[in-house]
Amino acid sequence: MIEVDRLTKRYGNLKAVDEVSFQVEKGEILGFLGPNGAGKTTTMRILTCFLPATEGTARVAGYDVFENAMEVKRRIGYLPEHPPLYDEMTVDGYLQFVARIKGVAPEDRRRRLLEVKETVRIEGYGKKLIKHLSKGFKQRVGLAQALIHDPEVLILDEPTVGLDPNQIKEVRELIKSLSGNHTIILSTHILPEVSMTCQRVVIISDGKIVAVDTPENLTRQQQGAAHIYMEARGSEVELQQRLQQIEGVLSVASRPLGEGEVTSYRIETELKQDVRGRIARSVIEEGFELLELRSLQLSLEEVFTQLTTQEEVRSQ
Amino acid sequence: MRNLLAVIDKEMKVYFASPVAYGVLTVFLLVSGYFFYNILTVFIQRSMMMAVQAQQFGGGAPAMDVPALVERNFFGIVSTIILFMVPMITMATFADERRRATIELLLTSPLTHFELILGKFLAAMGFFVVMLLPTLVYHAFLYLYSSPKMALQPVLSGYLGLLLLGAALISLGIFISTLTESQMVAASVTFGVLLILWVIDLSAQAAGPLVQEILGYVSILNHFDDFSKGVVDSSSLVVYLSFVFLGLFLTYRSIESWRWRT
Repeated sequence: MIEVDRLTKRYGNLKAVDEVSFQVEKGEILGFLGPNGAGKTTTMRILTCFLPATEGTARVAGYDVFENAMEVKRRIGYLPEHPPLYDEMTVDGYLQFVARIKGVAPEDRRRRLLEVKETVRIEGYGKKLIKHLSKGFKQRVGLAQALIHDPEVLILDEPTVGLDPNQIKEVRELIKSLSGNHTIILSTHILPEVSMTCQRVVIISDGKIVAVDTPENLTRQQQGAAHIYMEARGSEVELQQRLQQIEGVLSVASRPLGEGEVTSYRIETELKQDVRGRIARSVIEEGFELLELRSLQLSLEEVFTQLTTQEEVRSQ
Repeated sequence: MRNLLAVIDKEMKVYFASPVAYGVLTVFLLVSGYFFYNILTVFIQRSMMMAVQAQQFGGGAPAMDVPALVERNFFGIVSTIILFMVPMITMATFADERRRATIELLLTSPLTHFELILGKFLAAMGFFVVMLLPTLVYHAFLYLYSSPKMALQPVLSGYLGLLLLGAALISLGIFISTLTESQMVAASVTFGVLLILWVIDLSAQAAGPLVQEILGYVSILNHFDDFSKGVVDSSSLVVYLSFVFLGLFLTYRSIESWRWRT
């Protein structure tokens, strides 16, 4: 649906976007993740035909964003970082206007208006002036605007910025419910957002892509080894020795927790095999009391920091 | 066409939702009404004085066409008032779209730049016409009470002239509005530029004959004089329409250029 090939955008000597390539399949939600100023907005602006690229190509639904801008614009719904609203218009008046300039047929406008207001849940607010709406509602009107012509592709630039936690949750659920019918690219600098809503993530830093993968794979790949956390009651020294004999265990660190003989262990194991069962069995067979056993995952945050800082080290 | 209407419709809504619009309308009507009243009284008094003098010294009263003189002076004054009003009409056209980032919506919609610019220009002209409309009442009164009935041609050509002058100034104002994100900056620069165009006319009189001719041709107010006398000169038409074209063309280039700069 979206193909981006070695896209570069230069502002003078500064490369805001540097040879970025990625693809998005139909119906997929792609997360665009990166610190502020990484080039997310610029990439999105190129995709929406707002800015021309310096080099490289981008195609949306088979149309080149530079050569066939009109066709691309017809197929894209775009929510910029600041929702593009006219404060002095009513919600209905505004959405009517957007429907007209997006080329929604006159006979479909009323229906689309109702549908879109229902989707973003602003049914009762049609007659309100936009300036009297709260920030969360303005953001929804912004989303409604992007959806009004039922575009194949949705491009959302930081759709949850500035909302309160409940509103964030609602917007995320809304975005999720839109996938399937729409291909979505959303940018964010909030990590959990990506793992919650997106099927794939592009991590971008200083205009370059550092990683493209599913959120799960990203967290897994960055770990050289798997980690297991365990709490057990019994002699710390004995159990530690026992654990180290288990096949697949690389190292064991322990720390007494104080009460009774309870000790916590952080066990590093080989990535390829799941040794949790073996550990559990041997702990019990040796007569210890097993209190807790779970595998530890690097959070996406840690992965992100690793990836973006590695990039800095490499470029220096 | 559909897009053009959508843009005009939206622009009109935005105009009339803003207090600036009502301020401009009120001030314009107050000032133009005041001048109309003043001009009318001055000429009526003068003609009466001449009639009295003629009676005292014998002989027929010299013919004095009061309505024609009033119209001519009135249109002259209105063309100057317009210089102050146009910056207010055009300041927001593009500057405000940029400030509130709605320009991203407009430029990522399947609208051509031409539709967008023409739509904004026509909406500004629409507002301008709305501003001029109530002044028709003044002429209606003048016509009603004039005897013999005054000629209507100077009124018609006067309004044609105002529309052309307005179109030229508005297209220039819209261009200047693309250069900044601030309405205030747009308004003051537009006002400055219009003032210079106005002054060119005066300085032309002090310059040598050749320069005078060239400057006189460029000065848009100079061309307006003919219209207020009831003369529609094709060269003036050409000058005004080229001004409009130039202004809209510069607007187009300016919008194209932000895409490459920002």
